[in-house]
Amino acid sequence: MGKITVNGHEIDWNDNMTVRNVLDRMKYSFRMLVIKVNGTIVKREDWETFPVPEGADVKVIHLMSGG
Amino acid sequence: MNISELKSKHKPLKQMTYEPKELYRGYTDRTLYINLDTNDVMIKPVPARMKEKFIGGKGYGLRLLWDATKPETKWNDNENEIVISPGPICGITQYAGAGKSLVVAISPITDIVIDSNVGGFFGPFLKFSGFDALELQGKAKNDVIIVIDGTKNTVSIEEAPAEEIDSHILAEQLTEMYSDSTDPRDMKNISVISAGHAADHTMIGMLNFSWFDIKRKKCRLKQAGRGGIGTVFRNKKIKAVVVKSAGVTQDPNHVANMEAIKERGARFAREMKELDPHQCRMKQEGTAHLVNIMNDYNLLPTHNFKFGSHKNADALHSRVWNKKFTQGMNDGCWIGCTMNCAKAVDNFVLKSGPYKGQSVIVDGPEYETAAGVGSNMGIFDADTVIELNFYCDTYGIDTISFGTMTAFAMECFENGIITKEHTGGLELKFGNIESALELIHQMARGEGFGKIAGLGVRGMKKYFAEHYGADMNFMNDIGMENKGLEYSQYVSKESLAQQGGYAMTNKGPQHDEAWLIFMDMVNNHIPTFENKAEALHYFPMFRTWFGLMGLCKLPWNDVEPENNAQTDEPAKVPEHVDNYVAIYNAVTGSNIDKHEMIRQSERVYNFQRTFNIRRGYGLRKHDAQPYRAAGPVTVEEYKSLEEFYDKKMKEDIGVDPAGKSVEEKVAITRKYRENRYEQLLDAVYERRGWTKNGVPKIDYMKKIGMDLPEVIEVLSKHQ
Ligand code: SF4
Repeated sequence: MGKITVNGHEIDWNDNMTVRNVLDRMKYSFRMLVIKVNGTIVKREDWETFPVPEGADVKVIHLMSGG
Repeated sequence: MNISELKSKHKPLKQMTYEPKELYRGYTDRTLYINLDTNDVMIKPVPARMKEKFIGGKGYGLRLLWDATKPETKWNDNENEIVISPGPICGITQYAGAGKSLVVAISPITDIVIDSNVGGFFGPFLKFSGFDALELQGKAKNDVIIVIDGTKNTVSIEEAPAEEIDSHILAEQLTEMYSDSTDPRDMKNISVISAGHAADHTMIGMLNFSWFDIKRKKCRLKQAGRGGIGTVFRNKKIKAVVVKSAGVTQDPNHVANMEAIKERGARFAREMKELDPHQCRMKQEGTAHLVNIMNDYNLLPTHNFKFGSHKNADALHSRVWNKKFTQGMNDGCWIGCTMNCAKAVDNFVLKSGPYKGQSVIVDGPEYETAAGVGSNMGIFDADTVIELNFYCDTYGIDTISFGTMTAFAMECFENGIITKEHTGGLELKFGNIESALELIHQMARGEGFGKIAGLGVRGMKKYFAEHYGADMNFMNDIGMENKGLEYSQYVSKESLAQQGGYAMTNKGPQHDEAWLIFMDMVNNHIPTFENKAEALHYFPMFRTWFGLMGLCKLPWNDVEPENNAQTDEPAKVPEHVDNYVAIYNAVTGSNIDKHEMIRQSERVYNFQRTFNIRRGYGLRKHDAQPYRAAGPVTVEEYKSLEEFYDKKMKEDIGVDPAGKSVEEKVAITRKYRENRYEQLLDAVYERRGWTKNGVPKIDYMKKIGMDLPEVIEVLSKHQ
């Protein structure tokens, strides 16, 4: 099975995977996120549809730095 | 008894009239000293050097406390002080979060300095009344109320036998008593500091700082929660401190450049309006919005930090709090706070205790409370969380410590370390609501197991070992305290940087020095020891600065400018840092930059470390953490995430878990993690300019301009 990397961690990839699928898989429910797929920033309105290709390097940057 | 009857019972002990003094660029340059042994009241000038090195807020508190105490002073010695100090920015109303006070004292549970940052109107009103700080020393013979009247320029000490002790009643009584009338416009000029019955009988007493909510026509309460300052307050037989202000004008601080502050304030207000609804929803949910998020990231402490999530956590979801909190109100704990996160539950009907059946207002719960008295105690019931929140507040105890210590007692109970025989019949199992409520009422009455639990985690460990022969090693592993202070409510097992952010703190494990979990564990932004050490230098220093200024941390990064992600250092929120530098300069007329800002904090931070060393603490061994903060103590914990831990063992430790028993795997993981923490200590000490034993180096103190003779005298013994 193909893989992608999310914040340095390898996870399984599947056909038609979108940014939303990645967030759900990682349980990333925090709202202040900046997402990059292979270095390209993905706007919030495109998260549902933006395709994540096999082998992609996904960065999901959580902005809050303080509890 | 009505208000005039209560007042008629007062016996004046002292009244002093003082010269009024207006603020100039954020300072009055004098402090108020009150001694309850002698009833002396004094006004002390602030020396120029103190202002230069200690800035204000916590800096002033530490300076005054150092001078007032000896290295061996105990929390309940007469000379221990409570120092309340706002800070130069405190009291402005044009930028969010500028009404905080810093409170310091020698703590009953840590035996070192504790500091607590608190909202409410007291700090600003103290400044408007003419003082940059208030020192309370000595002990009264009988319960007293101290009144600072900024309208008449008087300070009085009065014996006050008849008022209630519990805060939700006392704050109302005194606000009415000292207000010119019952018109809300007058009532809002009063602020009261008080504790409560449980502060009389436990080591985790806290202080409530009130403000009068004009819309609700009720007193609201904010807490200086950590480290037992309320216990010190009641030990001094102070029932309350009242401040009365002539009111809030446009520019009471007489700042150097009001236009610059207004411009930044308007920018921030726009961010709140446009971005908060899509970001943290602070205005609707306050910090309680974090509960379900922490659960999703396995960071929500459940069952005494054993686990990081729970199947019933939805009962404490932000959706629930959104409904419980009264919406549509501007809930700021100081005027002009556009973040407005001080949410409240109105008309809550209590189901237990002395106020059973009464309808009350409850301030909060905030995230820490929901996690502390909720999930960490295995209680997944929002109304119980609200009830415990109310009683912690009115009884004057810290919700964080109450949660962590009760969770510890519950785990001890479930392990048979204590039984019903020891608890006087309380079935202290995780999730037992009835027992949790009874425990808090026992604390207020000073009875039964409530008195023992009220010693705090460290006190309980000692007590259980001495009286019940409990295994100290196991209790040290699961007892979530460091330096004697109970942990606040985040699971740090998978974030090494956060383990340092907790256990390397000056006061003990409170997240207000550094919260690095997302940066470290989730974003994977600080993978090396050097990266972590840099974060554990910068963030504690940066966050210390809020405490020097009288500022709230939340507006810094609980809403962030839209383009923050594109900046070079998003975790620092550069635009907001720039706001703070600009505001400091605009208030005081200085010209600092973001580097000097950190330097200001470094001086005070290292002074506090030196203060701890002076008292026989503050060394490497005092930065040790309970193993539960770093990894799975028990087989049960390991098994709950066995696949995850096995994978880590293979990838990180390079050991194949196949064929190993869970006990073996627990031991292998532990050895590795404990070693990593030691390496972290080395890296952070190096970055902070400390020796391997955690002592600030004299050269470093010279470099940052904090080589005061009394500091060097302490440090030179440990180089
Ligand atoms: S952000 Fe919240 S806690 Fe901070 S000052 Fe504003 S209302 Fe108070």
